[in-house]
Amino acid sequence: MEPPRMGHGDVGGDVTLFHTSQLDSLINLARENSLWYLLFGLACCGIELIQTGGPRADLMRFGAIPRASPRQADFMIVAGTLTYKMALRAKLLYDQMSEPKYVISMGSCANCGGLFQLAYSVCKGVDKVIPVDVYVPGCPPRPEALTEGLLRLKELVRRERWADKRRPEDGAPPVPPSR
Amino acid sequence: MNTQELHERLRARFGEDVGPLLEEKVDSSCVVLPSRIAEVCRFAKKEVGIELDHLEDLTAVDWPKRAVIEVVYHLFSYRHRHALVLKVLSDRAAPRVPTVEGVWKAANWFEREVFDLFGVEFVGHPDLRRILMPDDWVGHPLRKDYEEAGGYHGISNVRENPLVELRRLDERARAALSPKASPPKPATPPAGPEPA
Repeated sequence: MEPPRMGHGDVGGDVTLFHTSQLDSLINLARENSLWYLLFGLACCGIELIQTGGPRADLMRFGAIPRASPRQADFMIVAGTLTYKMALRAKLLYDQMSEPKYVISMGSCANCGGLFQLAYSVCKGVDKVIPVDVYVPGCPPRPEALTEGLLRLKELVRRERWADKRRPEDGAPPVPPSR
Repeated sequence: MNTQELHERLRARFGEDVGPLLEEKVDSSCVVLPSRIAEVCRFAKKEVGIELDHLEDLTAVDWPKRAVIEVVYHLFSYRHRHALVLKVLSDRAAPRVPTVEGVWKAANWFEREVFDLFGVEFVGHPDLRRILMPDDWVGHPLRKDYEEAGGYHGISNVRENPLVELRRLDERARAALSPKASPPKPATPPAGPEPA
């Protein structure tokens, strides 16, 4: 049993906080075991992404099903080199995903431009256009490494304080408190 | 037919418009006048015995010292299994070359690529626009004097060395972990164990 989390908003007494944190755990347990990802395999890391979804290192056993549409996805695995031409589309797809959403940046090219950092057409890292939650290094990362990245993301989801989410003010971008 | 004989046939038909053969171990080439290239290519494709019906590649080389952009055509014949390379020298200040898209349809995208990356204008091309770079890109990247514009649509094109960046983040994390004296808020009870 988790100890009750303290110190965030004085909403009633201890009993309310205790229930809230249990509710947090329950909700996050459900959420972390059904994170669906948007297939965004761009280059060689896309092959490894497909393989990680394959039978040997099965991503689906964690509840992570690939979806082709950003509207149905919980998070986005950016796998591969992002060019400037593609970066605008990546931003568009990220904006089309609904909250709460996360990004795993897979491979060196998505992390920082990777092997092609000096190229004129390569965006040096996907975090120049969208906020990233987990960086998975590698060229390409082994399926085990990407699985570890997914487990870190699950841990991040598990720690989220669901009860503290508020609607954003008008005009402010919606950013959950975990970031 | 080997490359010398092919060159002789072209010379016989077009005279001085086809330059002398530059012998190499692989890919001997000859320079053709830009104004005659479409005719030469049509002849090379249709003529019985030559029939260079496959345009393997159409690319360019930028020579700033010679002030030319050389457009290179790699031709191959499936029927006779011989090959030839033609070169066209275009003025670097205003590079214009007649299109060979009417001869080989494959030239359509090849010439778009050369236009995109070198800036060579192909006269008579039905659809000359950028193919690899974004449509609103400024500049022709494969020229020797190309300089990046410093970002695209607000995305900057510089990034700190990742090792330096990661070291800085590590230092910051290490500093945050070390015990700091922070005054507790008066209303709340002492903090429980932080989630790891």
